[in-house]
Parts: sequence; structure tokens; C-alpha cells
Amino acid sequence: MHAHTSRSGTKNPRTRLGVICFVVSLVLLVVLALCSIAIGSRPVPLSEVIAVLGDPGASGVAAEAVRLRIPRMVLGVLAGMALASAGTLMQGMTRNPLADPSILGLNGGAAFAIVLSMATVGLSAPIQYVWVGMLGSCIAALGVWALGSLGAKGPSPLKMTLAGAVVAAMLSSLTSAVLLPRIDVISSFRFWQVGGLSGARFSLIVPLLPLFVIGEVMAVWCLPGLNALAMGDDLARGLGSRVRLVRMGAWGASVILSATTTALAGPIGFVGLVVPHAARLIVGSNYKRIFTLSLVFGPILLLASDLIGRVLTRPTDVEVGIVTALIGAPCFIVLARRRNLQQI
Amino acid sequence: MMKTQDSKGPDSTPAATGRPGPTSSITRDPHLETTGLSVGYGEHLVINNIDLDIPVGTIGAIIGPNGCGKSTFLRALARLLKPVNGTVLLNGADIASMPTKRVATQVGLLPQSSIAPEGITVSDLVSRGRYPYHRFGSAWNAEDQTAVDHALRATGMEGFADRPVDELSGGQRQRAWIALTLAQQTGIVLLDEPTTFLDVSYQLEVLDLLSDLNATEGTTIVMVLHDVNLAARYADWMLALCDGHQEALGTPDEILTEELVHRVFGVEATIVDDPASGMPMMIADRRHSLRARRALHETTVGGNSGARTAPKTERDAHHEHK
Repeated sequence: MHAHTSRSGTKNPRTRLGVICFVVSLVLLVVLALCSIAIGSRPVPLSEVIAVLGDPGASGVAAEAVRLRIPRMVLGVLAGMALASAGTLMQGMTRNPLADPSILGLNGGAAFAIVLSMATVGLSAPIQYVWVGMLGSCIAALGVWALGSLGAKGPSPLKMTLAGAVVAAMLSSLTSAVLLPRIDVISSFRFWQVGGLSGARFSLIVPLLPLFVIGEVMAVWCLPGLNALAMGDDLARGLGSRVRLVRMGAWGASVILSATTTALAGPIGFVGLVVPHAARLIVGSNYKRIFTLSLVFGPILLLASDLIGRVLTRPTDVEVGIVTALIGAPCFIVLARRRNLQQI
Repeated sequence: MMKTQDSKGPDSTPAATGRPGPTSSITRDPHLETTGLSVGYGEHLVINNIDLDIPVGTIGAIIGPNGCGKSTFLRALARLLKPVNGTVLLNGADIASMPTKRVATQVGLLPQSSIAPEGITVSDLVSRGRYPYHRFGSAWNAEDQTAVDHALRATGMEGFADRPVDELSGGQRQRAWIALTLAQQTGIVLLDEPTTFLDVSYQLEVLDLLSDLNATEGTTIVMVLHDVNLAARYADWMLALCDGHQEALGTPDEILTEELVHRVFGVEATIVDDPASGMPMMIADRRHSLRARRALHETTVGGNSGARTAPKTERDAHHEHK
């Protein structure tokens, strides 16, 4: 008989492809990060960017431009990682390839909370939006979890998806109801609603940094359980996985990650949906690998979208939320067709 | 060894059927039993007060009509459901109080509704059976590899190791799932309807594979089967459930009677000797089915000499005159 040597495919071409993709996209990410500092309404040559980065004390117009763009780039990377991770977790825990953070009701929750606070208390400072949005997201997510766990058998993927859709629809009508009679609120809300990186400030990002870290650590903890869960709840339990705990962990991590992102950058669609799909296409069904690759793909998509938005309509910006949707939607259709989705 | 509610003899030791005892390569021989086990959802009891002491190294089959609680019972055995009353004991300890991963190194479960992740290869699928042996962050080791290789070889799937599960035939796919359960290296394997949706040749292939495992490794196998005749052919002991109650427990020879089939499944049947295995075999008797009429015809002509009881002559007469 032939000697069977390869460990579950460590030597198979797909793994090699995954490693190559990871390295190449890491390089691409660094290039994009530098470009997103260099390119803007006032371009700065790459050599100067590197010079300023190496010498924090540098002064001049170029140095100022660079310093303003760094938080934007950092937020792009953080948000890209967070959204892609949250999407991976959502797809894993619901076994639904179409799941993404929006089915948590997070965006809806954040939007409603912000609109409500604008209309009633008259909030206007970005840092206030951050915390109010965070709170709204978490309440909506808890509502979806509670609704999806009703019944003797506890949370199931289908119930979760339905609960998310119901809560999102309800919040969206409530938001409109509050918004429509108030012209002044509409104009300040619409900037938040599109989702963008232009409001990035270190003073807003740094306080929320621990949440990104906690979310990602929780996500990593969930990955083995998600691999078991992928084969069905019963099989996962039979393998000794604590299914409910894994679901709660994945849920909690996606809530933290996407609520934090939404609070800082507004609702950015399609990253959580498309990125895990693309990663899965390359590395197969192992969530550890999908997650790793998504951590690089997410920021790439976000930074690239942000750059495109800046370059296309110079000197004004098209917000990144619009560009990710413009890029993401066709990508998603192509991916879905190629993967020949069996379970919609 | 086994407790029976029926007055059927408790003498259902595996030795009686000529099977080798547990001469195992697996170091531990876990022992599973239930005492007064009741399981239910809310107020409704699906499984009612079942005592079962599963003999180590045997093959057991759980039979009964749809909705009788077969799967629920199996899931409770694997710690998937919490008993309302009674306990499941693994080596004498309450399974509900044991860490999930420790249970999973001794009791393996192959549920009916398993999903192969899209595009996964056979070896990747099988390697997931090693889940209970891994703590967070622990690396794949030589022991894992040996277990996976062994499972692939035992199920005859080593030639398919790098093939996507989606591309396999039904029988091969089921063998891949069984390989996953084997890679889990448990002394007890529970299977929920492992032959459902398979063509008859694959059904036999899967059951032969399980018999081989039992014979070579001494693995204790308990499976839910809806085909009573296959159960009788392959099992050392059978547990018949009806409405969550234990209707009969014993060797197929002891319990598979016309009376039991009527009581459990609500059908009239003739029990004959299976010419292939010598085990009892049930022939369901449906008044209006072609097969039943043909069988009746043969009986009256004198073909069916293996019948264990005399044909029901009144019914015959009734049919003849129709």
C-alpha cells in the first residue's frame, strides 16, 4: 500500500496557496498603508512619508499631512480586521455563508441610539457618538440573542438569522420615525450613517483599542469550536465541544468588534461578508486559516476602498462605506456564483 | 449482565453469538450504563425510565417506530441531553458531571445530521475527530497523525484521503464520517441510523465495517437502526423502544417475535430464519401489498418452510376468497 504521510493536508496545494496568499497580501497591506498616508488631497512622496515616520519631530506641511493621515490609516486597519473577524465568526456560528455583522442588528442598534440621542439630548461630539453607538449596538445584539434563543432548544442558526432580520427591520423603521420630522438631525446623522474613516482621531481610537484586542482574543479562542460546530451541533457536542459557550463567545466577540468599529467609523457594509468568503475560497473550510487570512484581507479591502474614494473625486472624499459596497457587491456576486452556494 | 423489563432471559452475553470478546488495542474499555433514565423536553417525557447496562465489546441495536425516542436515547447516552431523572454512568461515574472533552475521549457519537463543511477533504474531516485531545493552542502531534492514519486504513479510505468529501459516493461518505469517529479513539461508538439514505449494498458495507471494528478492536457499538432485519443480523443485543418505554431487551433470537413486532410497530409480521445469517427475520404482512400476497401464496403452496409459527389460516382463507 502507498504510504500515507501527509497530515490532513499540510502538504496539499491548497495550504501552500494559503501561505503564499498570506505573505503576498501582507506585503500588499504594508504598501497600501504607506500609500494611504502618501495619497490625499495634497500628495506626499513616499520617501518623505518614510522620512516623517522615522523622525517624529519633523515639521513642515508634508509632516502635518502625514500626521493627520496616520490615524485614518490605523483606523482603516483596525476596522478592516475587526469587521472581517466578526464576519468570520458570524458565518461560523450560524453556519450561514451569508451571515455578516449586520444580521446582529448592530448597525441598526447603533444608528437608532445615535439618532435618538441627537434628537432628544442633542449629542454632537464624536466621542459621545462612540459610546452611545456602542451602547445601542450591544442592546440590539442582546435583543437578537434573546429572541433567537427563545424556545426549549436554545439558539439555532436559523432562529438567530431570523431574529437579526426582524430586529434590524424594526430598528430601521424606528430610526426613520425619529429622523423624518427633524431636518437638523437628518443632516448631521447622514454623515455618520454612510460610514467613513475621515473622522479618525487618536483621541477617539485609543480609548477603544482594548476592545479591539479583547474582541480579537475572544475570536481566536472560538476558532477550534467553530471548526467543530461546522459539522453540526450534535457532532460538535459529541466531540466534547461546549456548543453554547462557543456560540456565546463568538457572538460576544463579533458584537464587541463590530460595535467598536461602528462606533468609530459608522456602519461599513460588505467587509464582513465578502472577506471571509474570499479567504474560504483560498484556504478551504478550516476557520483557523480563514480567520488568519481575513485579518489581512479585511484591512486591504478597507484601505483600498478608502484610497479609491479619495483618488476618484479629488479633492473631496467618497466615504469608504460607499466604496466597500460598490466593490463588495459585485465581488460577492462573483464569489457566490463561483462557490455555487448550496445553502441559502 | 443486562437488565430486562420483559421476562425474557437476561442471558444475552456476547459469547452466545460466537463473537470474540473485547481483545482491545484500545487501552481502556469504557463501560456505559443507564439507571432509571428519563429524558424529555419540558413536561413531555421522550424517554421513560430505562435501565440499560451495555456489555463491553458488543454490538447493540436500538429499534422502534418513528418518534419512539431512539435518537433521544442515543443522544442522552452521549451526554447531549440532560436527563430529567436517572443517570447515565460512564465507568460508574455520572456522565453529566464529567468534563465534556473527557467524555468525548471515551464515547464517540455519529449523529444523523452531520454536515461536511464545503470542500473539506477526507483527511481534514477525519482529523477533526481529534478535537477532544486538544487543549487551546496545542499543536497537531504524531499521536494524532497515527490515529487519523489508522482510522483511514480501518475504513478503507486511505486512498481517498485528499479527495473532497462532496465528491464521494454515499457509502464512501459514511465511511469517512465513521473514520472521524474512529479517529476520536473511543472505546464506545454510538451511531444514529448509520445506514439511512444508503443503497442496500452501502448499508451492508457500513454494517460490515462496524462489525469488523467490533471484532478487531473490541469497540463497543450501539446504533439506532430502523431496519429491524439488519439490526437482528448484526447486533448481539437489541433494545426495542415504544413511546419512550423499554419494550424488550435481549438477543435478537430472544426478543424478535411476532408478538413484539405487533406490540412495538403495530404490524402483523411473520418471523422466519434469515437464510443468510440464521438470525430471525421479520416479514411484515400488509394485506394489500403485492409482496404480502405473493408470500402468502408461497406459504400456502408450501414454499416457506422456515416460518417459525404456523401461518394464520383464517387470514389466508380470507385472502384466498377475495
